[in-house]
This record gives sequence, C-alpha cells and structure tokens, in this order.
Amino acid sequence: MKDEVQSPEERSAGLKGMGCSRKRVEDVRFTQGKGNYVDDIKSDGMLFGDFVRSPYAHAKVVSINTAEALKVPGVLAVLTAKDLEPLGLHWMPTLAGDKQMVLADGKVLFQGQEVAFVVATDRYAAADGVEAVEVEYEELPVLTDPFEALKSDVVLREDLAGQSEGAHGPRKHHNHIFTWEQGDKDATEAVMAEADVVAEEMVYYHRTHPCPLETCGCVASMDKVTGKLTLYGTFQAPHAIRTVVSLISGIAEHNIRVISPDIGGGFGNKVGAYSGYVCSVVASIVTGKPVKWVEDRMDNLMSTAFARDYWMQGKISATKEGKITGLWCHTTADHGGFDACADPTKFPAGFMNICTGSYDIPSAYLAVDGVYTNKAPGGVAYRCSFRVTEAAYFIERMIEVLAIKLNMDAAELRRINFIRKDQFPYQSALGWEYDSGDYHTAWDKALAAVGYDDLRREQAQRLEDFKAGKTRKLMGIGLTHFTEIVGAGPVKNCDILGLGMFDSCEIRIHPTGSAIARLGTISQGQGHATTFAQIIASEIGLPADDITLEEGDTDTAPYGLGTYGSRSTPVAGAATAMAARKIRAKAQMIAAYLLEVHDGDVEWDVDRFVVKGDESRFKTMKEIAFASYNQAIPGLEPGLEAVSYYDPPNMTYPFGAYICVMEIDVDTGEHEVRQFYALDDCGTRINPMIIEGQVHGGATEGYAIAMGQEIAYDDMGNHKTATLMDFFLPTSWETPTYQTDHTVTPSPHHPIGAKGVGESPNVGSVPCFSNAVHDAFRPFGLTQSHMPHDHWRVWKIARDMGLHG
Amino acid sequence: MSKMHVKLTVNGTAVEGLAEPRTLLIHFLRESLGVTGPHVGCETSHCGACTVDMDGRSVKSCTVFVAQAQGADVTTVEGLVNADGSLSVLQEMFREHHGLQCGFCTPGMITRAHRLLQENPTPTEEEVRFGMAGNLCRCTGYQNIVKAILAAADVMNAQKEAAE
Ligand code: FES
Ligand code: FES
Repeated sequence: MKDEVQSPEERSAGLKGMGCSRKRVEDVRFTQGKGNYVDDIKSDGMLFGDFVRSPYAHAKVVSINTAEALKVPGVLAVLTAKDLEPLGLHWMPTLAGDKQMVLADGKVLFQGQEVAFVVATDRYAAADGVEAVEVEYEELPVLTDPFEALKSDVVLREDLAGQSEGAHGPRKHHNHIFTWEQGDKDATEAVMAEADVVAEEMVYYHRTHPCPLETCGCVASMDKVTGKLTLYGTFQAPHAIRTVVSLISGIAEHNIRVISPDIGGGFGNKVGAYSGYVCSVVASIVTGKPVKWVEDRMDNLMSTAFARDYWMQGKISATKEGKITGLWCHTTADHGGFDACADPTKFPAGFMNICTGSYDIPSAYLAVDGVYTNKAPGGVAYRCSFRVTEAAYFIERMIEVLAIKLNMDAAELRRINFIRKDQFPYQSALGWEYDSGDYHTAWDKALAAVGYDDLRREQAQRLEDFKAGKTRKLMGIGLTHFTEIVGAGPVKNCDILGLGMFDSCEIRIHPTGSAIARLGTISQGQGHATTFAQIIASEIGLPADDITLEEGDTDTAPYGLGTYGSRSTPVAGAATAMAARKIRAKAQMIAAYLLEVHDGDVEWDVDRFVVKGDESRFKTMKEIAFASYNQAIPGLEPGLEAVSYYDPPNMTYPFGAYICVMEIDVDTGEHEVRQFYALDDCGTRINPMIIEGQVHGGATEGYAIAMGQEIAYDDMGNHKTATLMDFFLPTSWETPTYQTDHTVTPSPHHPIGAKGVGESPNVGSVPCFSNAVHDAFRPFGLTQSHMPHDHWRVWKIARDMGLHG
Repeated sequence: MSKMHVKLTVNGTAVEGLAEPRTLLIHFLRESLGVTGPHVGCETSHCGACTVDMDGRSVKSCTVFVAQAQGADVTTVEGLVNADGSLSVLQEMFREHHGLQCGFCTPGMITRAHRLLQENPTPTEEEVRFGMAGNLCRCTGYQNIVKAILAAADVMNAQKEAAE
C-alpha cells in the first residue's frame, strides 16, 4: 500500500488539515456563477413582496388606503398592521427585550419604516402596487439627537407609557431605554481625584452600516397540505430564526424548516429578525403561494441593522510616568426607534466592558445609557463581537489623548501599560477573564517591522519641512493594540432570547472512510466548508477533501446559535474538534479490537492507530471506518458518528498590533495610506490563506468606516446616505495595500487553541486609521476629531487649526 | 403592461422571450432565463455585481433595459468556463489566489476582469485597480482579486506565447 511507505509528515500533508492554506471548496461553484443565494430561488407561482415605507421620521399614520393598489395588475394583497393584528403579528419581539412594529401601528418612528406590504406576481407589479398605496401622515416633532431626546417632552414610544422598568432595569425618562453599569464607580472616581494626570475626551463612534453586497431577503413557503413552513433566508442564525418564528407565529417548531442558502456576506446585518420575514410568512399563509422578499439597497441602508452610534465620554488617569490608574466611561447610545440591538440578553451594551483593552488598568467604571430617537433600529455588531469595536476605538483613542497630555510617545505609553504575559489569565476591572496573550512580543515585532523609530524621525523632518513651506503634506502614524472578546459564549452568562450560546457539530463517517459534518453555524464567506473540514482532518486523519460540510438547514443540522461575533471557530470549531475526538475515541477501541490488544496499547499517529512499540501493526482510520460498519465488535454499537454540543468555558481574546502610515494633504483633506501593517494573534491558525483574506476584508471595512462611511440624518430625520452614491464603500482604486503578520498565542481553554479572526481587522483597523489622522495634526494641538475622516472633515481640521494660511 | 418580443444571444445560445419594455436586463437574465450568475447588489450602477459582457463591453445589467439588448451578444460568468466545463484561467486564478469569499461579487468581478484582460492583456497593478473600480467587493479588500487578475494575465500570456 502506498501510504505504508509515506512518512508521518507526508501522510499529514496529504490530509490538508490545520495549518494548511487549503484552497476553498466553495469556489468551484462561486467562480462559475453557480452559487445559490436567496434571490436565486425560484419556485412555481412564487410571488414578490415589497414595502410601502414611511417618508417621515416621526409621524402619526392617519389612514392607509389600499384600494387603488389592489387594482394594479398583478397585485394580490396589501398587508397593513390591521391585517396582522388579529394574528398578534403587528409587533414582534426584538433581540434586545424590546418590541418592534412589523408594520406601522398608528405611527412611524423612522424614515423608511415599513408601513404596508404589497404582494404581487412579480417585482415590477409589487413596485407599482407600492406606488399606489395612499398613506396619510400627520408629522410629529423629530428627535435625532440622543442628548436632546433625553430632555425632550416629545414621547417617541407611547406604547411604553408609564413603564418605568424596561427589559434591563429602570428607565429614567420616556425616551430612555436602560442604564447598564459595570465596574466600581466610587473607587474609580477616587483614583481619578488623586491622579497626577487625568485626560478627558468625548469620543464619538458614528452610525454606520454593515452593508453586505447581498441585501437581506427570504422566501417563505407554506405548504397548506402538510402544514409545513419552509423559510429560506439570509439568516446568520437559522436555528434561532426557526425558534423565533415558532414562538411568534404559533407554528410548531417541527413544522418549520429554515434554510440559509449561500449568503453574500453578513457582517452582522443578517442576524436580526426583520419585518420582511414576518410579512413574507404571513403573505404565504394568506395566498398559499411562496413569497419572496428581497431588500433593495435603499431598503437595506435605511431599515435593517445600523451599527455603532456611541457617544463615549471618557476619562483616563495616570501617574506622571504614564502608568494608567483608572478608566471611566459614560456612553450615550443612540438605539433608534426600537431597541433592536443584537446582543446577548444580559449585555444590553454588548461587550462594551472590554473597553479597558490591552492594558492593566486597576480601576474602571462604565455606564451606558440607551436612548430612543427617530432613527432606524439595529445596533448590530458590524463585523464585531457585540460593541467590541466601540470599546476598542474608545480605549485606543483615550490612550492617544493621554499620550498627548503626558507628552509621551504613544507606543511607549502602550508598552508600559500592557497586561504582561505572566498575568494571564487576567482578571479585568470590568469583569472579564482574558484567556491568554503576549502583547509585548506582538508590539515589539510590529514596531520593528515598520521601522517605528525611523518613521518618527521622518515625521519630525516632514513637520520641519511643512513649517518651512517646503511641503503641504503631513505625515501621521496610527497605532493600535487591540484586544477582542469573541466566541460568545458560555451558556451561564450568554443567551439570545433565552437560547444558550453553545454551538454544535455532528460528524458521520461513511464505511469507505469519507465523512459528512454538519454544524449549527452558517458561512457567509468565511469558508467554513473548507476550514472545518481541516479541523476534522487533523483530528481523525481522514483527508479534508473527503469530508463534506453542511450548514444552514435546520432539518438536518444540529441546533446552534449561528455565525456572528467571531463565534464560529471558537464555539462551533471547538464542537467540531470535540465531536471528532469522540469518533477517535471509539476508533481507538475498534482498532484495539482489530489488532487484538488492549485499548491502551494503541496510540494515535496522524491517520491511524499503531500498536505501541510496533509500528508495523496499525489500523488506518479508513480501515477502522469500514470495520465499524462490517464487524460485530463486542461492547460497541455499529457505525461511527458523533455529535458535540459545545458550551465554551470562557470567551477567547484575540489581539493584534496594527500600524498605519498616512500622508495627508492639508489643502484638500485628501489622504494616502502609505503603509498598513497588521499583526494578528488569533491563537492556533487553521488556514493561513483564509486568515489573511479575513484581515484584508476587515481592514478594508475598517478603512471605509474610519475614512468616509457613515449613516447620516438631517434634523428632520431624513436619511442622507441611503444609496451607494452617498454611502462610502471603497473600490479597488482607493483601498490600501496591507502587510499581514502574526504571532501565535493559543487559547488555553479551546480544544485546538483557536481564537477566531474574522472581526479582529475591523476592530483594530478603525482606531489605527483614525489615530493616523489625529497623529498628523497632533503637533498643532488636535486631540479629538470625530470620524469619519472624509476629505471635507480633514480639510476642516486643517482650516480650524489655521493651516490654510 | 404590454410585452415586447426580445431576441438576443446569451452565452452563445440564441434566446427569445416576452418582456415588458421596462424590464431590466438583469431581471430578464435572472428571472426569465434562469441565468443567476450575475447578481443584484444595488440596482443603481454602483456595485458591479450585475456586470455582464454585452457586444464586447462590460455593462451593468441593472442599468440596461432588455430592450436595449435586442440582438445583442451577452456573456455572463456562466459563459466563461472552458468548452469542456472546466474553470477558465481567470476563474481558476480567483480560486488559487483566494480572490473571493462570499462569492456574491465574483460573477461580476470575473466578467469584468475577463473584459479588462481583453482590453489590456498586460495590465499593471495600478491598471487593474483602476479597471476594476466599478466592481465593489465587501469581503476581500480587493488584495487577492488584484493578485488573481495579474496572475491570470501572466498565465494567459504564457499560453498565448506557447501557442505561437
Ligand atoms: S446591481 Fe448593477 S451595479 Fe449594482
Ligand atoms: S466576495 Fe463577498 S462581496 Fe466580494
């Protein structure tokens, strides 16, 4: 046999297991246009749904007249809140413990809110129907500023009138949602009062949107004969959607099959439950036909899932030498018209309490106030684990502000405050236990890689030249060392709507030694079919190419909480390794039986069990697989399969060191990213090629957010950025080139030591780009200027500092 | 709305059908013909997910009426595979260099890149970045897309040379 002469290294390489830049199995379909996305689904008699949306940000809905719309050829039905009310579906629960109108129930709270759902034979007829629906509105005063909203007499949510208690404790005002406090307020304030230095700043992380290239959508199909509902959709959490649909519709869960087909990017946009899903299901029940609803881009940017919008008032205290003693933060969080943030139940501000970052800060206090305004609901984790992006931006800005106050180099300030390697597992002042890290090593590697000292010298020279009138360009060096918290999470403190945030994997080995694995997660481009097969390959010694991976069909996949918050590798990846280990444990018994030795007398060797001390006696996994189906082995059931539901003991804490060198033209406000270096430590690396791709993508999203992307409203609550003309998505032309690097600090509690990487680059790059802009203007006294740093805003900084002469 | 009779060639096959005059080419392709390679990402000409090749030019099929494609020769990503059904050099290079993640932009990207390399068989990195700027990708940050296209150009040029 060929493999008998192969060395263990050769056998191992043949598996294409962990650590290998295996080419993606998904791509054969995708590169020839054979993906299967929601909008590709077509079935007999399928209808299309489309929304009538509110042109006003705050208004009473006086009347809705559907008569004309129903005359439009092809229009079959128009649903309004009145039609949904008898079913109890005119409102739905949000993930954040609030409720949200499915269709406008007497009023609207944001521009673009769903008012009526038109169902027609094709998308053109549906659009005609939308035009023909007549809605009479009575405008109400609009609140777009969360600070104003907390003072205003205008009541946004009459439905909550008199409720002084919300899902997360007391409400202080009729437009107030919750206050969430972490840490020790008194101790922190006492530290601040005595500190040598206290730096204070308001750091705003503006409203933005995940904007995956594919918008949200679904196809609902109610089979009246079997009573089964099939719901295809762009769901990042198909099982959770099934449970939610069952709970709110009353359809028994076993009669619902949710399928997430190929998903064209998610980035958090596709976590929530949206009106379109509910209306499509109802429309399918009413018409007896499959109903498709797919957002257009404007719908997407206006109504589903904004991100961020955090006003973070911060104080950071330190000794004269720069040793940080305390961190204080009060955040005013603009949640829009409904609290539809996608966070674990006990965390109404997500993991914002990771805001002590990579630093050993003895005292800290965080309070977050959630506020209703006349903006779209959402507050999703845009390529981030529940407000980690906001937290990282906050602390990485505060560090810079402190460095200015101390007149210190910001790289050095970070270095002297990093949590040391020997302090892990590290208990943070705001309640987390960081699993592992080696920040100093990563930092030194990063600074050396970019030639930090030389860059600072060059920058100083540039400043001289600028002052001497020899150049109009400033140079900024952006630094960031971020620590993430991902992989939610332990069931004891993480749930969504009461569903514990474990995840799952089921593996079946076929008699001929190939396999199928199914997971509770769903890829949206991360390449799960490629990487999870690599984990199994390494664990059980069957080639990754012989392992099929399936996700997204709730009738076949084991229950899981889905893919977001970088949780797939930390949680489902762990479940995969654990299920594989169960298989290996049984395989060991089979091998021992076949080799006629005790279980303990065989040992694992890449793809086989070998009799200890006698390499010539072994059984390969392939042979064992066949034996498990063909031999009656005393004490063992036939077959070779396993399932694991993995409840992680802790989160994982990936980290990274990013450095950006930027040139800024003070006269035009234009920038050029000259260099961007990204060092990521995501623990054990499963597929380096995919990790690098994730870093490229996340850094580009971060570049967009920091340098131009924003969801903006005017004072009337008009959405000003609802098309890709106004909402900045970088093209290949302006996207920088990235230099990637890594260190490896495995997670001690994860079965394979992996931590997850998908979101790190978004978390880390935003402060890095932003800090570069700030750094360029630091010599002229700039401490804080809010993102996005588009050309106009940067030009204004220069103008306000008198640099235009 | 009254329908008109349209005839065109899609991926080498003559097709015809009835469509409202306002029907966009992308919807005719996807919904009437079942050619679902090209995608809709914006419907406003910004994203390029709907890019197809029409009479030797890249067009965004969300901004072309099928009426305007009357008699045209249209190629979509489905039509770019080799005659034996294997992946073309460009498709293979996208896979080789990890030039895609979710795959939603990919059909438009590859169709555009195909035309770009016809227009300029030896592009520089800068020319690729500029030539692809009408196609948005939210996943890859373009790094590997650019690499894939440059690699495809090299392979195709080497093949041409070998054939000569
Ligand atoms: S869908 Fe045609 S350019 Fe976006
Ligand atoms: S691969 Fe997802 S948009 Fe390009």
